[in-house]
Amino acid sequence: MIHSLFIINNTGDVFMEKHWRSVINKSICDYFFEAQSKATNPEDIPPILSTPHHYLINIYRNNLHFVAVVTTEVPPLFVLEFLHRVCDIFEDYFGDCNESTLKEHYVIVFELLDEMLDNGFPLAMEINVLKELIKPPNFLRTITDTVTGKSTSVGATLPTGQLSNIPWRRTGVKYTNNEAYFDVIEEIDAIIDKNGTTVIAEIQGYIDCLIKLSGMPDLTLTFINPRLLDDVSFHPCVRFKRWESEKILSFVPPDGHFRLMSYHIGSNNMVAIPLYVKHNISFREGSSGRFDVTVCPKQTMGKSVENVVVEVPFPKAVLNVTLTPSQGKYSFDPVSKMMTWEVGKIDTSKLPNIKGSISLQTGAGIPESNPAITVMFSISQMAVSGLKVNRLDMYGEKYKPFKGVKYLTRAGKFQIRT
Amino acid sequence: MSGNGFQQSYANEKPPSSTGSAEADINTDPASSGFFTTDFKKHEDLKQMLDSNKDALKLEAMKRVVGMVAKGKDASELFPAVVKNVVSKNLEIKKLVYVYLTRYAEEQQDLALLSISTFQRALKDPNQLIRASALRVLSSVRVIVIAPIMMLAIKEAVMDMSPYVRKTAAHAIPKLYGLDPETKDQLIEVLERLLGDKTTLVAGSAIQAFEEICPERIDLIHKNYRKLCNLLVDVEEWGQVVIINTLTRYARTQFINPNSGEMAEEEERPFYESSGKEDEGEEEEEGKGEGDQETKKAPYIMDPDHRLLLRQAKPLLNSRNSAVVMAVAQLYHHCAPKAEVGTVAKSLIRLLRSHQELQYVVLSNVATMTTKRKGMFEPYLKSFYVRSSDPLHIKLLKLEILTNLATETNISTILREFQTYVTSSDKDFAAATIQAIGRCASTISEVTDTCLNGLVHLMSNRDEAVVAESVVVIKKLLQMRPSEHKAIICHMARMVDKITVPMARASILWLIGEYSERVPKIAPDVLRKLAKSFVNEEDIVKLQVLNLATKLCITNPKQCKLLCQYVLSLAKYDQNYDIRDRSRFLRQMVLPGDNGCVFSKYAKKIFLAPKPAPVLASKFKDRDHFQLGTLSHVLNMRTTGYQELPEWPEEAPDTAVRNVELPPIWEDKPTKPSKTGAKKKHDLKSFYSESESSEEDDSSEDDSSEDDDDEEKGSGDSDAESGSSKAAKSSEEESEEEEEDSSEEEEEEEEDSSEVDSEVEIAVARKKDTKKEVAGKAAKGGTKAAKASADLLLDLDDFGSMDTSGTSSAAVTPGNLLTPTAALDLGPSPGGGDSKPAASSAVLSINVTPKSYDLLHRISGNGLSITYKFTRTISVFSPNMASIELTLTNNSEGPLNNIKLGDIKVQPGMEVQPFPEIATLAVNATTSVLMGVNFNDTTQPASLEVCAGEQKFKVNISASVGELLQPHTMSEGDFANQQKKLGGMNENSATIAVDDESGTDRAICTSVLTAGNLLQVPSSDEKVFKFAAKTLASGTLVLVSVKVTDKKARVTVNSDKMVIGTMLLKDIQKVMEKK
Repeated sequence: MIHSLFIINNTGDVFMEKHWRSVINKSICDYFFEAQSKATNPEDIPPILSTPHHYLINIYRNNLHFVAVVTTEVPPLFVLEFLHRVCDIFEDYFGDCNESTLKEHYVIVFELLDEMLDNGFPLAMEINVLKELIKPPNFLRTITDTVTGKSTSVGATLPTGQLSNIPWRRTGVKYTNNEAYFDVIEEIDAIIDKNGTTVIAEIQGYIDCLIKLSGMPDLTLTFINPRLLDDVSFHPCVRFKRWESEKILSFVPPDGHFRLMSYHIGSNNMVAIPLYVKHNISFREGSSGRFDVTVCPKQTMGKSVENVVVEVPFPKAVLNVTLTPSQGKYSFDPVSKMMTWEVGKIDTSKLPNIKGSISLQTGAGIPESNPAITVMFSISQMAVSGLKVNRLDMYGEKYKPFKGVKYLTRAGKFQIRT
Repeated sequence: MSGNGFQQSYANEKPPSSTGSAEADINTDPASSGFFTTDFKKHEDLKQMLDSNKDALKLEAMKRVVGMVAKGKDASELFPAVVKNVVSKNLEIKKLVYVYLTRYAEEQQDLALLSISTFQRALKDPNQLIRASALRVLSSVRVIVIAPIMMLAIKEAVMDMSPYVRKTAAHAIPKLYGLDPETKDQLIEVLERLLGDKTTLVAGSAIQAFEEICPERIDLIHKNYRKLCNLLVDVEEWGQVVIINTLTRYARTQFINPNSGEMAEEEERPFYESSGKEDEGEEEEEGKGEGDQETKKAPYIMDPDHRLLLRQAKPLLNSRNSAVVMAVAQLYHHCAPKAEVGTVAKSLIRLLRSHQELQYVVLSNVATMTTKRKGMFEPYLKSFYVRSSDPLHIKLLKLEILTNLATETNISTILREFQTYVTSSDKDFAAATIQAIGRCASTISEVTDTCLNGLVHLMSNRDEAVVAESVVVIKKLLQMRPSEHKAIICHMARMVDKITVPMARASILWLIGEYSERVPKIAPDVLRKLAKSFVNEEDIVKLQVLNLATKLCITNPKQCKLLCQYVLSLAKYDQNYDIRDRSRFLRQMVLPGDNGCVFSKYAKKIFLAPKPAPVLASKFKDRDHFQLGTLSHVLNMRTTGYQELPEWPEEAPDTAVRNVELPPIWEDKPTKPSKTGAKKKHDLKSFYSESESSEEDDSSEDDSSEDDDDEEKGSGDSDAESGSSKAAKSSEEESEEEEEDSSEEEEEEEEDSSEVDSEVEIAVARKKDTKKEVAGKAAKGGTKAAKASADLLLDLDDFGSMDTSGTSSAAVTPGNLLTPTAALDLGPSPGGGDSKPAASSAVLSINVTPKSYDLLHRISGNGLSITYKFTRTISVFSPNMASIELTLTNNSEGPLNNIKLGDIKVQPGMEVQPFPEIATLAVNATTSVLMGVNFNDTTQPASLEVCAGEQKFKVNISASVGELLQPHTMSEGDFANQQKKLGGMNENSATIAVDDESGTDRAICTSVLTAGNLLQVPSSDEKVFKFAAKTLASGTLVLVSVKVTDKKARVTVNSDKMVIGTMLLKDIQKVMEKK
């Protein structure tokens, strides 16, 4: 299966390598660098490369390239999913997964990689199991270790999770404050036409949890309107049969942060679009152009739209822009030609507007199409699909936990064609 | 040790004294560093730290060493210093040493051998994590010398109590195979056992090992097929992926094509026009649900096992792991009836929201699926709309899919969408869009004109790439229907002046040449212009100019002959030899010299032959032959190790190969009400949850590990139950022959069956007296009986072959062989037993209830009483052990806690596998546990100590010689041969008086079988009864024959082990005389 892994930073430095089978020289990465040099930006590197004897499967995350080497047929999604899971685990361990954190905790990183795969096949990928095998770094412990000269970062016994039929939960969890928080997050993916009509709008929803409950709690989460959810994927802890028959989420949760479920509400349903953008972008002969954009709230259900950011990738022919926003700040990157306008909160009485002139490179000709505008925003305390949690019950433990549910709607890939 | 410290040590693995990093980077050549360079002392301080006796220093040094390993720097010269620390007590040091060892052992084989004994010791450690990690490292060191040691370790680990260790063993199998491919046969044997493992933890890894060492041995899956299907949901997600992939291949070899009825129809239908009707049909069928379709298509009936796989895989579409979803999708694509494939579309669409790398793979698979089944994705058309922020490769894939999905009904929306793409600032994407428009135009005739107009419009685009691409596409379109488009050809001819992109120019020239008759005035003029600029043209254009000149010369020699001659002469002196060659060749054709060329007569036919229009088809159409979701598919090339997906067989192979015999369930645990109940239900239920001997193993292990989560279990049960009841239903649906099988199963303990409501039917059948059963079956008669017996014969054949292979004989439980099933195999008559009086070679079916012995009396045990009996099944712990069932009863006042085995004192060579600890035994409760003892073929007792809480009781278990045997199948001929060999000293015999009652066939057989765990061998002589067995530990053959002559029975025992022979004879004598 997975033969080796190379972690490469943005400057092309292979700063970590791990081999689960025999050693493969890091010169194999040259094939990757070749593909990298062909691509205009890191996202454009094909995820799967073929070399004479090996296949390179790579992902790009947090400015790092994770390049897995395989030698034989293997489902590519298997490897890609694994690489992303590795990143997720690093993020969970170190708070972030970038070059400096990985270098700082290289011993743990290496031990983790060693534990995750055996002979290239996943052995332990559950974060709760891993955390028992290899303790995450912790400031307090580092101090005691230094003082006492003992290291306790390696567990001595097999985590019970590995053998039980609920590998995601460890036993003997104890908290003084028992809490369970649920975040219902919905992202709107939309393409809006030049005329303001919606070409496509979909909702991608997640329920992320932070569970700090002692013992072995068995939770059930019910929704007021579960019919909304027809395309869902679950964390393995959710009992699928219960969901199919009763539309309740019944599960023994992992300890800590995890994504309980994600759901997709397709374009067949009506999706309320919370804002629209009035735009007037024109290029004129004679190396100049006009730019005038106004952001207006639309169906916000009485909630305010916050953290609005408007991004405009201008065509290459644009030299510079001179704009005046009515609120917020804007910046223009002359290399990538990206204009970013941080609007902030939309005040319904005074609609945010930005206008000004565009200067084109001389002799470059007029761009034939206007750039597509990407908008980001968030609306708290609202799930745009209308999904609502009804109640959360706990069985199997005696104490009363503190429960909380938070809703958030934000823009996913929200694009306006102009 | 602060964070900075770590970083520092990662950055400078080398002490500051080192000069430059160049040498360290050359890690390919181990000799390059250390010996010949000046800084051979550079790791001196690390060595000192490793040699110190302070753990903290060692750990610090190891961390730095691992830092070097992680960075890919050469640290091999530290090997001797590091390997010493393999014995360290500190776990983290140990772990890091392991990491280092696996990296460098291959390079320093001799030194690596020093560490092996440490691992061997660790393999026996009571801590399963340590056993497992020792096995991991041992199997990872890649030193060929230790291959035999690895083999032994693996063989041992496969039998380990802990499923985690067994999982590690599964991983070790391909490692050893990679190191020494010669071990393959041995490994397959080991693997066979692992495949039979019933724990979810092991299943995935075992299948992965199977895929790596012997994917061609599909027969190994048969017995495990139903188990794998049923476990699928509970296996960890990575295992699910490999299991589904293997089962897909399995399904393609073992079942028949569910779409066979429609195949012809499907293929005849033109590819692009099919969708409309097909969709409606598909939607309707989907609505009706799965059940209907079997009835609807009368000639095809899906194998219940095929259905089982599809049904068990379906919930996995909701997995969070995209690889699992994709695996299920490809299973449905390749193996499901057409009407059901649509269900996977929604889940695949959901994956499109994940990381862009995953999107890329999913989209390329969807692209292939859309070439075959466009109706499936049509409702999700909009999900494939391109966003300007997508990376190029994703844009292109989406475009491909949109084009594949285009139909008359949706073409207008798609074209509108395409229009916005054409103006994209990404020129590659715009060009691809134009090609896509061309494909839509060529396949959907309604829009051809609209598309053509649009494309012509694009020719006046400012961007040259766009223009060029449209010209090329128009050329292709016109070629399909040239007659109607004179205007466009004229228009294009005029554009020659403006367009500079060579490909576009060449296309226009070709078009004019081909259709010069339609533009007779313009064509010569175009040639004239190009003759002028010939020298400055690109090669590809020059070739087309030559073509144009030739064609015009043929059609319009009056105006063009001279021009043609001129162009050909120019080409004759061109720098490019292709062009020179072409010129020479054409000249012979159109301007034949004095001697004339034969071909010139046919010039018109050659050059102006009608040419077929190009077919604009999806690039993904040819990927169809690769299995979806594979690396080969994404790369569109065969990768190493790719397994071709086999074609469906014409006729389904025998389905009975998947039938599995149930072993008797000796183990009964009333203390674990719900979970075990559910589990048992599952087992009883049958064919699905097959059980090899590892059955008890599994449940006992599960229990021990789950003791802590009892609470959880209670709630989890509802799931398990609903699941199993569903399975129950389906098992009832199964064909009759299988029901018959089940009724022949060994009688179960009655408590079990009474627990199971849904199972009443089968349970009743099972409770029937064996006799009745046989008689009933004989009554059924006819083809069915014949069929059943055929199936059974096959089954038993399997057993036979397994038996000969030694260890795998574990699959045969003696219970099974005593039942009529065995009789059926060994004798030709399907009836067997009593229904066939005086059947010459028939074998009697006799059930012997194992005798219970007191192990601990309740008085001497302070209330705890223990009895034991030999189950006469193959022990789950080791084939060399006798399986012993202990029944513990608490007769005391209070509950007893932590009952387990303490000290074990046995003779050398003997082994005891203790039973799992019993946490509590309530007052008056009774529980049964299994343990195994390898008596090493002696009747010496094993002295054990039973601990209950603080109390300890000494007990002895001894086995009569009959219990040291295991049944052995052999034919009558073999029996005679073996008996001949074992004459003389090895033979013991005695004559016993028998009366009418004890002289019956049945009584004699019962006596012998009570005395020893033997198996009756068919005999041609009515009055001679033959029995065979092997001893458990050494596998020595033991043969017993009883010859009855009026009132006397002569018992002969032949065995290599004389002691055993004598003792067995005495035992038989005793039993017979008692009667």
